[in-house]
Amino acid sequence: MTTDHGLNINNLSMRFDLPNGGSVQALKNVNLHLKSGELMSVLGPSGCGKTTLLNIIAGFLAPTEGEIQLNGSTVTGPSAERGMVFQQGALFEWMSVRENVGFGPKMKGTPKGEIHETVDHLLDTVGLGDFKEKAVYELSGGMQQRVALARCLANDPDVILMDEPLGALDALTREKMQSLVLKLWKETGKTIILITHSVEEALLLGERLLVMAPRPGRIHREYRLPFADLGVDQDLREVKKHLDYAEKREEILSMIWDMEEEIMGRMEAQS
Amino acid sequence: MSIFTQLVSELLGILATFVMVLPYLIGYVLLIMLTLGIWRIVRRFMTPKQDFGALKTVTFGDESAVTSNSAASVISIVLIFVLWGSFTGSRWLPSVLHMPGAFKGEAGFSYTIELPDGSTQDATVDVVVFGAGENPPKLLVDEGAQSAKNDGVAIQAYRNKLLKWDANDEFSRKDGAKIIAVDGQAIAPGGEVFVPNLRVAVTPKGTLNIEPDKGVQMEPIWLPAPEAVKDRLVEIATAGFKNFMLVEHLGYSLFRVVVGFFFGALVGIPLGYAMGLSDWFRGWFDPIVEFMRPVPPLALIPLVIIWAGIGEVGKIILLFLAALWIMAIAARAGVSGVRISKVHAAYSLGASKWQIMRYVIVPNSLPEIFTGARVAMGVCWGTVVAAELVAAEKGAGMMIMVASKFQQTDVVILGIILIGAIGFAIDMLMRWAEKVMVPWKGRG
Repeated sequence: MTTDHGLNINNLSMRFDLPNGGSVQALKNVNLHLKSGELMSVLGPSGCGKTTLLNIIAGFLAPTEGEIQLNGSTVTGPSAERGMVFQQGALFEWMSVRENVGFGPKMKGTPKGEIHETVDHLLDTVGLGDFKEKAVYELSGGMQQRVALARCLANDPDVILMDEPLGALDALTREKMQSLVLKLWKETGKTIILITHSVEEALLLGERLLVMAPRPGRIHREYRLPFADLGVDQDLREVKKHLDYAEKREEILSMIWDMEEEIMGRMEAQS
Repeated sequence: MSIFTQLVSELLGILATFVMVLPYLIGYVLLIMLTLGIWRIVRRFMTPKQDFGALKTVTFGDESAVTSNSAASVISIVLIFVLWGSFTGSRWLPSVLHMPGAFKGEAGFSYTIELPDGSTQDATVDVVVFGAGENPPKLLVDEGAQSAKNDGVAIQAYRNKLLKWDANDEFSRKDGAKIIAVDGQAIAPGGEVFVPNLRVAVTPKGTLNIEPDKGVQMEPIWLPAPEAVKDRLVEIATAGFKNFMLVEHLGYSLFRVVVGFFFGALVGIPLGYAMGLSDWFRGWFDPIVEFMRPVPPLALIPLVIIWAGIGEVGKIILLFLAALWIMAIAARAGVSGVRISKVHAAYSLGASKWQIMRYVIVPNSLPEIFTGARVAMGVCWGTVVAAELVAAEKGAGMMIMVASKFQQTDVVILGIILIGAIGFAIDMLMRWAEKVMVPWKGRG
């Protein structure tokens, strides 16, 4: 079946009990289909369930309703076909840069020589050719995230899930890393879902942009954007000068503003 | 008396001791300030430092500006030995630096007796003070022509001696003769006078009690000179102490610590892992560990002796128990401290449970385990010495305990220095091992 290809999220709901007797509807009726090789960014105010959604796709959480299918098979737990890049601190500091990147293949039992080649190639791609034998704690935050990207790619996953991977970086490093993500996306053709807090980042790094709303967590609006494709060849600062870009940015910002206001209003009404 | 009033009176005694010690503390602090003053003057003549710290204007309260001054450390250590030598009359120090020692040599005084008929007579006492370990000299005394004969007495330094002055006299105390003055200073039974280098007292029964001046140096049986401790070290190292060589005493103590710690870690680390990884094991062992942890290992000594005797097994059991809980808690903390994102990352990279254990959880817990091992080794070393104090045939603690029973203060001090040095060496070794084995500690 051709419709089996890509990532299918069917009628996904997530609800869990609180210790005080209440319950939280973290996600409600989320339906989504990602074609193989699509790049999607996810935005939303805090509490809208975007990290929960990502954790369910990764297989760290089980949904209470609905299911996720990747290339036709249902997700039941974490696996190497769905790689994950975390914000920070997910590298193994007891391993060198090379060992970190080669971790996935090593777990699979790939021959050493093959791992060595893959790792060499990937580290050159992410611009860490001179740091292969360093300890990860000797690298800067931006370099560590490059290692995390390379480590994820070394495993050749079908989908890459990114949970605010650039959130802890300074503005300049962040811009460089955004270009790198676009470059890797184009070169590898991976399906990527990227969660971010930054509207600009979501616009730049999303062929598709998903805005989620809180209480219950749900998909509020979806955009199809040209900026990611433009950014592959152009300087990102040029992309930002695009008239459309400024317009979309204002639109999404005020959308999220309104949601935040509404939440505040509801909390005031409750108290 | 109620416990409260008892404790109050104890407290008063302690306070009195503290007040007695206070001048020495103040004197020591003054010495520190004095050396600081000298150091400041000396520093003015040295090339001033031009590093970043030297440019700081706010240093008081800036924790990073306070680093250990190595000059102060050197002076402090040297001063300890100088004070030690000074108060023990060490040969290693020029005698100018010695505190006044106990009087040795010849002294004497005259005394006046009064007879029942009211007449008085004078006689002299020659005193020779000899050092400990020397043969008492024979005194040749010219008894004189008067009826109260002259006396002579040899006294060991730091001791006193009663002199029956009337033993050779024509009038004795039974006849009603009594001393009324020493060197012209009036004295009555129960009183005392000071003559050069001697304290002379008359006991209530009328005998003379002669005590040579003790000075302010310590007697070797309380505090031996540093060279005496060194000589004793050489002696024990070559000839042994109480049937065993020094290396045997120290080696046995170390052996017990290493073996006890090894078994404590062998059981404690897997126990800690189980507690960190399974809620059932956590629930099972939490009450046991949390109860046993605050029990000082020393409190277990009596029970261990009852159960296992005073042999090696008992001591190893004690040290095993001392290390066990510390290692279990360290391993548990190491496992609980793993960042969930690391575990998640490893799972999404295709690792199995066993691989997560091998490549993520174990290496992630190593820094905590090393910290625990350092603490455990320190506690074990303290515990083994204490256990040997109670009962042992050989060991560092046994050495100082037996020596103290024979008042061999030099061995006691030597033992304390060796125990401290070994404890310090163990800690240094553990730190070094930590640096080599877990270079990523605190950098995750």
